[in-house]
Amino acid sequence: MLRALHKFPGLIAALLIIVMTLSGAVLSVLPALETVQAPAQSDPTLTVATLADRIAIAYPGVEQIRRAPSGRITAFYFDAGRPGAVVIDPATGVGVAEYEHSAFQRWMTNLHRSLFLGDAGRLTAAAGAASLLVLSISGLMLTARRVGGWRRFFSRLRRGPLMGRLHVEVARMTVAGLLLSSATALFMTASTFDLLPQSSVPVFPAEVSGQTGAAPGTMGLLRDTPVDILRELTFPYPDDPTDVFMLKTNLGEGYLDQGTGAMLVWTNAGRWQRLTETIYMLHTGQGIAWLGLILGLMALGAPFMAVTGVVLWVQARRARPRIKDNVAAGQADTILLVGSEGGSTWGFAATLHAALTLAGHKVHSAAMSQFSPDRYTQAERLIVLAATYGEGTAPGSAKGFLDRLAALPKAPDMPLAVLGFGDRQFPGFCAYAADVTRMAKEKGWEQLLPMATVDRQSPQEFARWGRDLGGALGQPLELSHSPAIPRSHTLTLISRREYGAEMQTPAAILRFATPKTKLWARLTGRGLGRFSPGDLLGIVPKGSHVPRFYSLASGRSDGFVEICVSRHPGGLCSGQLLDLAVGDSVQGFIRHNPDFRPVRGRSPVILIGAGTGIGPLAGFTRANHSGRPMHLYFGARHPDSDLFYEDDLQEWREDGRLASVTTAFSRSSTHAYVQDALRADAERLAKLIGEGAQVLVCGGRDMAAGVADALADILIPAGLTPAVLKAEGRYVEDTY
Amino acid sequence: MKTLLSTLALTTALTVPALAIAKPVTLTANMNQYGGDGAYLALYVTDAQGTYMGSLWMAGGKSKYYEHLSDWYRATGGNTAEINGITGASVGAGRELKITLDLADALFDAGYELHIDASVEDMRDSPSEVVVPLTTKGAGQPVAGRRYIRDFTYDM
Repeated sequence: MLRALHKFPGLIAALLIIVMTLSGAVLSVLPALETVQAPAQSDPTLTVATLADRIAIAYPGVEQIRRAPSGRITAFYFDAGRPGAVVIDPATGVGVAEYEHSAFQRWMTNLHRSLFLGDAGRLTAAAGAASLLVLSISGLMLTARRVGGWRRFFSRLRRGPLMGRLHVEVARMTVAGLLLSSATALFMTASTFDLLPQSSVPVFPAEVSGQTGAAPGTMGLLRDTPVDILRELTFPYPDDPTDVFMLKTNLGEGYLDQGTGAMLVWTNAGRWQRLTETIYMLHTGQGIAWLGLILGLMALGAPFMAVTGVVLWVQARRARPRIKDNVAAGQADTILLVGSEGGSTWGFAATLHAALTLAGHKVHSAAMSQFSPDRYTQAERLIVLAATYGEGTAPGSAKGFLDRLAALPKAPDMPLAVLGFGDRQFPGFCAYAADVTRMAKEKGWEQLLPMATVDRQSPQEFARWGRDLGGALGQPLELSHSPAIPRSHTLTLISRREYGAEMQTPAAILRFATPKTKLWARLTGRGLGRFSPGDLLGIVPKGSHVPRFYSLASGRSDGFVEICVSRHPGGLCSGQLLDLAVGDSVQGFIRHNPDFRPVRGRSPVILIGAGTGIGPLAGFTRANHSGRPMHLYFGARHPDSDLFYEDDLQEWREDGRLASVTTAFSRSSTHAYVQDALRADAERLAKLIGEGAQVLVCGGRDMAAGVADALADILIPAGLTPAVLKAEGRYVEDTY
Repeated sequence: MKTLLSTLALTTALTVPALAIAKPVTLTANMNQYGGDGAYLALYVTDAQGTYMGSLWMAGGKSKYYEHLSDWYRATGGNTAEINGITGASVGAGRELKITLDLADALFDAGYELHIDASVEDMRDSPSEVVVPLTTKGAGQPVAGRRYIRDFTYDM
């Protein structure tokens, strides 16, 4: 619901919002310009009486004096039957420039508030402001949900594609301004259309003295009124003894007798009037130019978010596949419920749906939020595929599922299977799926399968679970899900460096040529695209639909695609790769992995890896042309066997790209693992991390766990933990 | 005089049912290129002493801006009942306002004056931009306004 509330007004209003906010940003500069250009008023004690006298001497035909919120004072006068208007220097009362109303400002203002379409345009603009308000509020709530609560609203974002993160980053910076601007815009529209109480204005005095000729300088009220609070002083018509002076200030307005100077009528500004004026000031920045500038800058966030928002929506739409042969809930023998936030879990659901349908089942797929067990009259089993949002919150399409389950008097009498989707790098891995399983068990819901998990959309883990499910159903079930395999490119091997033969574990550094793509293909996103060390190279081995992923040891600027591969016993893909001869080629594509790379800056970087995990770490080092301090801890089996990149490490050490290299060999006489090397270096590591160093770990899962344990011990004296560093994005892992 | 005034009081808009002694009068105002948004114009009649008699037309629909038509506003207290049913759109720079009303014969050659107050957003207010005596002789004679109105004519 929240997502829909954020999405639909956003799409419809995107264009409108772009126009309103861009024009608003332009207008926001004008009050500041006006303030800078207006003659400065140096004397804070200057009164309206003195100013009016000065102006009346310079312009005997003066009709009205106005002070803009910027401090600019304008006098309107008649001279020999011709009307004139000048900007006044308050120190002298003399005009410094002709007052001209800016045609540009008027044009921009009319675009901003009514799109040049009169009242219909004003209402359209108000609709734009209303959608911006709805978007700001729903976006705030989505962001809070995404980061795991309001308290962590400004915490670092560490997951998701760059576009999505930029959308949220810009939103967090600008939402305050957008809320203020859109809410005040709606208020001003209501005021324009007389929907708010009108302030009372003073009644014109019924009786005047009938005398004329008092100079403004002699009038008590004008002598007591500083220029700083003046809005308007209107002079009486010449030769009309029934006319009066009219004074408007920040406090109110009233009339003064032109013969005696006495105050005839005075009305203080009412509460509504003050409120209206304050809101006008907050919206336009007239009177608080600095706020106007800030709001204008923040308004620029809206067009950016409009564009990225639409792109994200289109991407999510494409990512969510259409489920074919979806049977009605009442006729299905298998109910498939999906809890997805970004849409990728729907892809797995579609694969499962198709496989079950092929196996002869009637499957009904729906969002978890549509859970309604009384409709599942024919169902024999219920399968839940659930992602997790933030730190264990229900994903978008699963809202309300747990409440509904809790409210059931008894568990549905069909067995349940739960499969969780998540990312092991995060503390709340599959926490929502675990919650679902826990509550189902509390309800006494029969389990078809124990809960299983899929880490980072791993097709292998999904396929494994599929076989388990097939076992439970008594029929083979092959789930070959390729999570939206992008267009693959032909990669030709240009060199290979052999390792590991001594330890009977063949391995190699494979270097492929970057495929040549035509400009047009690059522009339309059909090239291999940009990539950096730490991104993943997806390889689809012959005889399988499921890609395997290898961490890249090179970036686009290196001019080649390099990976580090060792042969897994029975490994299909690693075997094929290691069998490649120079000149042979494979099909591959890039999957970005933006979290696993050094953060920008000059702070030290600690690289920890073992085995082929050295690949991306070598890539980071190779790209370290600025000589930022990088410390490598590398675990291998034996210096003669699998010390990958040995020569390069030496070279990078010499030219300053590497500050230090520490190795640990498990099959040499020292029998040391990389975590042992870390412990031996505890003091230095604690110091580096204390200085703000970032830790990047790449390698097998067991090694990563050993490293985390070692670092936890090392960090105890500093009062830090790997979890804290992880939360700050200073401890990132790429494990396999 | 008393009868006329009571007639005026009864029909605050100064226009009278077709049956009364009246004739159609066309009021035409051509605006200057004053370089601003649409002008609000209040057309109303006073006696020779300047006492407000009634309104003929209000160009401009938002009552919150009427206070800027300051003479009219002062005379009427901004009472929108004065212009019920005789309100139209504001008049853009360089455009023409043309209205035809049935006006009582008694309004002409009796010392009454037609006033137009003008006001443009963010620009100076111009009360009594045009003041013209209502006479049969004056019909068809263009009168210049002070600032926003290039010329004003009433034709019988």
